[in-house]
Amino acid sequence: MEQYLPLYQKAAVLTIRLGILGIVFSILIGLICSFVLYYQIPIIKRIVAIYIEISRNTPLLVQLFFIYYGLPKIGIPTNAEICGIAGLSFLGGSYMTEAFRSGLEAVDKVQLESAESLGMNRFQTMRYVILPQAVSISIPAFMANVIFLLKETSVFSAISLMDLMFTAKDLIGLYYKTTESLFLLVVFYLIILLPISIIGSLLERRVRYAGFGD
Amino acid sequence: MPDLGIEVLLKGNNLMRLLAGLGVALKISLIAIGLSIPLGILIGMLVNGKNPIIKGIYRVYLEFIRIMPQLVLLFLVYFGTTRAFGWDLSGETASVFVFTLWGTAEMSDLVRGALISIPKHQYESSAALGLNRSQTYFYVIIPQTVRRLLPLSINLITRMIKTTSLILMIGVVEVLKVAQQIIEANRMSSPNAAFGIYLTVFFLYFIACWPISRLAAYLEKKWR
Repeated sequence: MEQYLPLYQKAAVLTIRLGILGIVFSILIGLICSFVLYYQIPIIKRIVAIYIEISRNTPLLVQLFFIYYGLPKIGIPTNAEICGIAGLSFLGGSYMTEAFRSGLEAVDKVQLESAESLGMNRFQTMRYVILPQAVSISIPAFMANVIFLLKETSVFSAISLMDLMFTAKDLIGLYYKTTESLFLLVVFYLIILLPISIIGSLLERRVRYAGFGD
Repeated sequence: MPDLGIEVLLKGNNLMRLLAGLGVALKISLIAIGLSIPLGILIGMLVNGKNPIIKGIYRVYLEFIRIMPQLVLLFLVYFGTTRAFGWDLSGETASVFVFTLWGTAEMSDLVRGALISIPKHQYESSAALGLNRSQTYFYVIIPQTVRRLLPLSINLITRMIKTTSLILMIGVVEVLKVAQQIIEANRMSSPNAAFGIYLTVFFLYFIACWPISRLAAYLEKKWR
C-alpha cells in the first residue's frame, strides 16, 4: 500500500489547495453579497437574490460541467483548476452569504439606535457593534459551510482534476486495488476533514457568549 | 448570433431523453427520501433515549456519514462492498442504498435536534395537566416538532435531489450522462452542443429544486 501513498499525498494537496482557494473566494463573495442584502442596495440586491437562488438550487457537478465544457464553446477559455475554483466559489458564495446575512440580521435594531445615539457613524457601528456579534453568530454556519465545500471538492475528478477521488478511481481501474485505494481514500478525507470538524465544534463552544445580551 | 447548440435539443427526441434522465435521478432520490424519512424519525427518537451504547454507535455512524463526501460513500458501496462481499450491485441499487444511509443520518439528526429544542417545561406542564405519556407526545410534543422539522426536511429533499447528480460517477445513466451522449452523437453537426445541453441540464435541476426550496422557505417564515 505504501507505494500509493505519494499519489494520495499529491492528490490531497490539490484537494486542499483548490478547496482553500474556493473557500476564500466564497467568503469574499459572501461578504459582498451579505452587505448588499443587509443594506438593501437597490437593483444589486435583486441580482444577488437571483444568484443565490440559482446557485443553491443546482448541483456543483452540473455547474462544473457547464463551466468546463460549455463555456469554451462560446469563446470563454477555461482550465480545469480555475474552473474548479470558479465552480466552488459560485456555489460557496451563496452559502456564505446566507451564513453572514443571518449573523448580521440577528443583531437587534435597538443596538443600532443605541450606537447612533452614542454618536457613532455607520462605519463605527458596523465595526464595533454589529460585526463582533454577527461574526460569532455566524461561526457555526460558517464552519459547516467550510466542511461542506471541502467535501464538495470530491466532484472535481469529473473535470479531470487529479484529486483524491480521481486517484482512487484510477487505482481501482488500473490495478484492481479496490480495498487499498478505498481505505486510503477514507483515511485521507478523514485527515483533512476531521480536524476542521473538531475545530468547528470547539469554536462554536467558545463564541457562544454572543447570546448573553438577551 | 453565435451557434449555442440549443437546436440539438429539438432534434429527434433529445429533450425527452434528457427529461427521462432527470426522471432517473428524481426516482432514485424519491425512493431514498421515502425510506430515509421514516427511518430517520425512528432512529432520531430512539437515540433520544438514555441508552449509552445506542448513543455511542449512533454518534459514530452519524459523524462518519456526515464527514465523508457522498461520492466517497458511493465509491465505498459500489466498488468496496461488491469487492469485499462478492455480491453484484447495480449502480442504481448502490445509489439508493447510499442516499438512504445518508438521508437517514441527516433526518435522524434533524429529529433529534427538534426533540431537544422542545423545552422541558412542555413535558412538565403536560404532566401537571394530567396527560399521560402518549397524550403528551400526540397533543403537545409532536405538533411542535413537526413545525420545526418540516421546513428542514423539505430542504433535505432538495439536497438529496442535487446530490443525485453524483451517480453519474458510478455509471448510472442519468441526466448528465444522457447529456454527454447527446453531445457526443452531435459532435459533427453541432460542435457547440455542450453549451446548450449543459445549460439545459443546469436549468432542469433548477426547475426541479427551486419550487421545493421556496416551499421550505415559505413554511419556515410562516411557522417561525
